[in-house]
Amino acid sequence: MSGSDADVIDRLVGIGPGSPLHAIRLRRPEARTHAQASFRALFAPENPEHMTLPERFAVATFVAGLHGAAEAHAFYAGELAATGASPTVREAVERAIKDARGNGPYGSFPKGPLSREDVAGTVYRMESDTARVLGPRLGAAFAHVHLLVFHPRDAEPAALQALLDAGWSTTDIVTLSQITAFLSFQIRVVAGLRSLAGHS
Amino acid sequence: MPDHILVPPDHPVPVSFTRAQLEWLPWLEPLAADAMTERHIASLVDAARVKSPYFRLLARNPDALEARTRTDKDIFYNTDAGLPRAERELAAAATSRVNGCIYCASVHARFAATYSKRETDVDHLLDDGVTADLGERWNAIVSASTALTATPIAFGHEHVDRLRRSGLDDLAIADVIHAAAFFNWANRLMLSLGEPTPAPET
Repeated sequence: MSGSDADVIDRLVGIGPGSPLHAIRLRRPEARTHAQASFRALFAPENPEHMTLPERFAVATFVAGLHGAAEAHAFYAGELAATGASPTVREAVERAIKDARGNGPYGSFPKGPLSREDVAGTVYRMESDTARVLGPRLGAAFAHVHLLVFHPRDAEPAALQALLDAGWSTTDIVTLSQITAFLSFQIRVVAGLRSLAGHS
Repeated sequence: MPDHILVPPDHPVPVSFTRAQLEWLPWLEPLAADAMTERHIASLVDAARVKSPYFRLLARNPDALEARTRTDKDIFYNTDAGLPRAERELAAAATSRVNGCIYCASVHARFAATYSKRETDVDHLLDDGVTADLGERWNAIVSASTALTATPIAFGHEHVDRLRRSGLDDLAIADVIHAAAFFNWANRLMLSLGEPTPAPET
């Protein structure tokens, strides 16, 4: 963490005190406060035992990168660097983003009338040089995160088994899932409010 | 026993979007209700949620669950102006329809129908998807929710302009954004940690 507890959504949208969007966010004060509390719970936890901070910010950088969300990508990559992650690791995360980008949501429905809406897409497999740098634990996490970001309706118990096999506990998986899902929210709030503010 | 996945017993699988009551079966072990600490219980916010395997699973990270829940409640239940409750639920249902979360869509389609009294339109969204014609104002909300749900995000000025032309002020548009964004959070948890099955007839 870079020391401050400035509101991340405000920062990524570019919302200053006294601006119209600041006033709008204050009309939903609990949502504003607890979106930031969610960020704190996931990225500045009192006890990070279930996932190290470099793991958390590597995943966050990957999620933001997959969304093509420039501000969030730069922010989380900066926080990853601030955890002391090596340039080799940071480059591997960026390489994974380039390899894993796509367009979602896609995936299959349970077999039946909705099958006509099935949309095919790729299952991410990390390239071996990248996997060597990031290791099996983060490699398994990135595969799961890619599933959640782009094709969550393809989820099945086997995906969770792959995480357990790579050393993730049940509680670790809850935290990993919350990080990915929360960022899918935070990044969309930022994109939406930027458009509402008239930013490009 | 080491951590392991749960394999639900044989059960019917919903194959269509529906407003009917569904249950949710976890693929990972929730906390046992009688093993929860005060902190775990407090993280549920609403004590009745101790009955829900979904919330008892998320309670494994209580700080994240509590902040998630308080964010959710203000986005959907804060009645100080902005978007009517029915249309916040419409945005949630549309987002769930796009991502393919049959469980989330069932809950929020029920709420949308209850608050709007427009059961036929809600069913049209569930049956035919987000291109169903629901009248311009609802179409604008569904289209904005759909664009915000795409990855990379496809939401832009044109969606804001269309919502404004439909009579939404900036607070109401911010409510659409938050409701759709929140269900991009909720859908991913519901879809990846368990699966739905029809609730037993009561």
